[in-house]
This record gives sequence, structure tokens and C-alpha cells, in this order.
Amino acid sequence: MPSRTVTVGSASGLHARPAALFVAAAGAQPVPVTIRTGDKKPVPARSMLSVLSLGAKFGTEVTIEAEGDGADAALDELATLLARDLDEDSEPAASGG
Amino acid sequence: MGEALHGIGVSSGVAAGPVYRVAAPPRLPERVAVPADRVDVEIERGAMALAAVVADLNRRAGAADRPAVVEILRAQAMMADDPVLRDSVTELIRAGADAAHAIDRAFAAHREAFAAAGGYLAERVADLDDLRDRAVAFYLGQPMPGIPAPGRPFVLAARDLAPADTAVLDPTTVLALVTEEGGPTAHTAIVARTLGIPAVVRCPGVLRVAEGTTVAVDGGAGTLWVDPSQADLDALMARDAERQERLSRSAGPGRTADGHPVALLANIGSASDLSGPAGDAAEGVGLFRTELLYLDRATPPAVDEEVATYSAVFAAAAGRRIVVRTLDAGADKPVPYLNHDVEPNPALGVRGIRLGWRQPDLLQAQLAAISTAASRTAAEVWVMAPMIATAAEAARFRDYCREAGLVKAGVMVEIPAAALRAESILSEVDFISIGTNDLSQYTFAADRQCGALADLLDPWQPALLELVAACAEAGKAAGKPVGVCGEAAADPALAVVLVGLGITSLSMAPRAIPAVREAVAAHALPDSQRLAAAVRGAADAIEARALARRHGAFHDPAR
Repeated sequence: MPSRTVTVGSASGLHARPAALFVAAAGAQPVPVTIRTGDKKPVPARSMLSVLSLGAKFGTEVTIEAEGDGADAALDELATLLARDLDEDSEPAASGG
Repeated sequence: MGEALHGIGVSSGVAAGPVYRVAAPPRLPERVAVPADRVDVEIERGAMALAAVVADLNRRAGAADRPAVVEILRAQAMMADDPVLRDSVTELIRAGADAAHAIDRAFAAHREAFAAAGGYLAERVADLDDLRDRAVAFYLGQPMPGIPAPGRPFVLAARDLAPADTAVLDPTTVLALVTEEGGPTAHTAIVARTLGIPAVVRCPGVLRVAEGTTVAVDGGAGTLWVDPSQADLDALMARDAERQERLSRSAGPGRTADGHPVALLANIGSASDLSGPAGDAAEGVGLFRTELLYLDRATPPAVDEEVATYSAVFAAAAGRRIVVRTLDAGADKPVPYLNHDVEPNPALGVRGIRLGWRQPDLLQAQLAAISTAASRTAAEVWVMAPMIATAAEAARFRDYCREAGLVKAGVMVEIPAAALRAESILSEVDFISIGTNDLSQYTFAADRQCGALADLLDPWQPALLELVAACAEAGKAAGKPVGVCGEAAADPALAVVLVGLGITSLSMAPRAIPAVREAVAAHALPDSQRLAAAVRGAADAIEARALARRHGAFHDPAR
């Protein structure tokens, strides 16, 4: 199954703002995507509660997996998002709102 | 006038309107066996309850204007809209549960995971409980728990208000706050004073008043009238208008009746807090909280940004005195890049200046930025450190300030140890400022967030005033200023007591200044001193208030 392993790049971890952005992006993909830390059970990436429960911090390695048409493109997009510091990125949006 | 209920007035002003309660969370009903042919309907009802919560949160997010609030509400909506949660509710109903119990159990599974993770996630457990309560309430046809939205301005009644409730309070629709529990330093009081709406706490019976009944609230006297006549209402409003008018005319520096100066200063978090007539009324800033610059971000602010922020605030202070408190993070104000360890007891942990000792580069950078901004302004900049416990710590902080080129260095007194050793602390620094809220918490071993302990946290507690007196006496001996910058300073009658104890400045929310100015000006210093001595001898806070009332400290010239 296609997969990507990335290091969480958001300074506050996969919490709050970064988690919300990631879950929304995962929900927009044409294929179901799962996410896991280490050898733990994969959870659906479009589930906010499951993603939060991973407790992934800055620097935690996470693995995302998907199957089917468009899986690779979906994983590439989500891997890029995970590696970015989403706290930083969203600051201008927050202060402009 | 109709039936009157009495509590403690914590934010002055008069307002009248229909009363609505913060709905209590629903109780789970008895389990109901769902007949086989009704399972699909029950699944549909469970899904509808979750969808209603999502729609309600998104509607509130759409109506909110503060970005931080919008973000909180949207994140909560995403949690309630979770496909995994929905699926487990469905499965539980198929396995025989009714929707209310299915919702409860589906949330419970995530609740457990959150609680086990600790830290940030453990703090989100309350959010999950709130979402569960909302969904169950919808399913049962009960009002959603939380702040009501009757569609017209109203008086909000509650057992007590949590920070989560007040984050979304809209001062244009909430006319006044009345709580059955809580205390003068609890969250409700602070929020009401900041929003400038009347508030009464510890008002028994308010939750028995039928929803929609017109009530009048006097947040100064601490009275609530149920269903007053129009004539009574008019008289009350006229008296309040007169009071407002009188206070708006009050101006100038704080003085006792016999002319002793008492500086009346503002507590602020940003330059905007000093804008308008309320800000103009202040003789200066007694507490500039610098946390805003550090919270809600992933890395410390850059030097330029820090200097720019301080410069803007100093410019707003326009030549007046401004006391800057260095970063007071930790406990209820975590900052991600400060490497907080998980602490079993954060209020007693590494917070305030203790984080500065651990990361001196951050403290030094802040002091340098303050110094740079100070050199470019006409404002008189003083600096103080939070959570100082010993004279050695005070000396160390003073050395950092001097290295940065800052002339006036002081410390906050929030820890009883510091109050007891005020004299040796004052031999190291130029001034002290008493944070009565934390000093209460640490003196009485009573968590500020704990509504059930509000009695102990009452700023009229004689033991607290004893520590304030020790600081004031040390200040007098050293010839150095001793201020109060906690909620106690905003209570006009208590302000008179503080002046009598020897406090030289009072710092509060800018809106509270006119009423405090009036109260201070109504008493000559020897009167205040007699009152202070009497109050120190009181057995408890209730007796202390009663004594002050007898001494005329609650005197309102309009009555």
C-alpha cells in the first residue's frame, strides 16, 4: 500500500490549528487516508478526534497510507502539509480575520 | 419594589431586562430499549443530534468576530462532526443502546484517550463533555447547555460562569451577570468589570426566577429586584444615570478628602485598553501584562516586533508612568516554546519569573526590548517581575534590569513569603506591587479556578489584608511605593481600606477608576486608617464588610 512517513513540522504538534487543517485536507481527498504513529493502529485521517488522540508532537514521525486511484497524489499533498509548520502559516490569516 | 435578592456587587451599574439562565447539562435518562423496527429511526435521531451541535457551533463561529473565538468554535464543530464518532454512535445503537447512551459512550471512548494523553489533550476533555452534553440535550429536546441566545438583550443568570462560557459573551446582548456561586475574584467578576456590565455574585435564589421575567440588577449594591414596577424601574434608572453623570464628571488625580495623593492606575494588556475616556481617566498604567505578545505562537517574538509593541503601548501612555510586568507564563497561560514540563500542580510550579530563571536569554531579550522602547518615549517606564518569592530573587531581577539600562525595577508580591519579607525585598528594589488575586490563592491554599472555594478567596479576608498591611508598612519605612494591582483595587469600599493600610497606588480595569476615585475622595486619611484598623480586627470577610458599611465606606452620595 502506498505510504509516506514524515516528521510533524508544526511547532505545537498535531494539535488545534494544525490538526484542523490536516483533517480538513484529508477529508477533501478522493481516497480514504489513514495515519499512525510508530506501529500503533492506523486511524482515519479525516477523523479530528482520532488524529488528536495520536498526541503527535513537533518532531514525531507519522505514517500516512492510502490505496486506490489518486492515492499517491493525496499522500504527497498531505505529507507536504504535515511537514510544514502550520502554526506559522496560519498566523497572517488569523490576524487578518 | 418587587421581591429583592441580595448578593455581592462586583461590577457597578444598573441594568434591567428579561433573565435567562445558562442551561445546566442534561442528565442521562434511564436506558430505553429500542424496538428492532425503530433502530433506523434512532440512528437517524443520533446523527441529527450531532449535526445540530455542529450547525449550532458553526452558526456561533459565523457570528463571532474575535479570530481566537472563531477558531475555538470551528475546532469544536470539527470534533462533533467526526465520522468515526458518528459511526460508533450508529454501531452502539445497532447493538441495542438508545441514542443518548450511544452518544455518551462514543464520546467516553475518546475522552479516555484524551485524558490518558495528558497535557494539551487532557485539557480538551472538558470540550468533549460539553459537546456530549449539547448532543444529548438536543436529543432530549432540552435547551443546549451554555450561554442562552433568546434573541434580545438579557440578564444572564448562572450557578457560576466558566472561562469557556465568558469567552463568547457579547456585551451588546448580555446586560448584566448574576451568579448563585462564585466570588469577588472569580472569573465572572473580572469579565464583568472588563466588559463594563453590572454583576452580582453569590446571589442565592437567582436560579429560581422564571426565565423571561424582568429583573433589575444593581451591580454596586449587589441587589436584584424581581419583576419591578415601571415606576420603580424608572427611579432606579434615573438614580443610576445621575451616578454615571457624576462619575463622568469626576476627573483628576486620586486624592483622599484631606488631599493625600493615591495614584489611580490602569491594568492593561495592549495599547487599545488605554483608548477612550476610560483610559484617559488613569494617571498611568500600574500593570501592563506582556503575555499577549507571547501566547498563541510557535516561537518567541522577534526583537523588532517586541520593541514595536512596547513602543505603541508607551506612546499610548503619553508621558504617564507605566509599569511593565515581564512575561508571566505558566500555570493557566502555557507558552509552547517555553518547554513546560508536565506539572502535577502548575500554580505551584515553574511559572512567572521561575521560567525566566530557567531561560534567562528570553528574560534578558524582553528587558532589552523594553529598554529600547523606553529610550524612545516620554513615558516613565518601570519594570516588575511576577512570582518573586525571596529577596535574593528580587536582587537578581534588579541586576538584570540595571544591565538592560532600566532605572526603576520592582517586583510583584503574590507569594505570602514575599509579603512577610517585604522589608528585605524593598531593600533590593525600588517598589512593590501586590497582586491580590494570586496572593489570596497562595495564602488560603485555594485554587482561583475553584468556585467552591470563593469564600476563602474574598479580598475582604482579614488574613489577606494583614499581608497587604505588612507590605505597606515596609514601604513606609523604606520610603518606597507599594501598590495594589489585583481585583481588590477595583472595589471602591475596599480601596478606602487599602488607602488606610498605607497603599500608595491602586491599579485596576480603566472603567473602575471613576468609582474608586470618588470613594477615596470621600474619606480623609485618618478615617481610612481607622476603618483599616477595624477591618483588620474582623473575624472574617463578612464581618469586615459589615464593619466597613458601618464606617460609611459603602456610602454612595446619590442615595
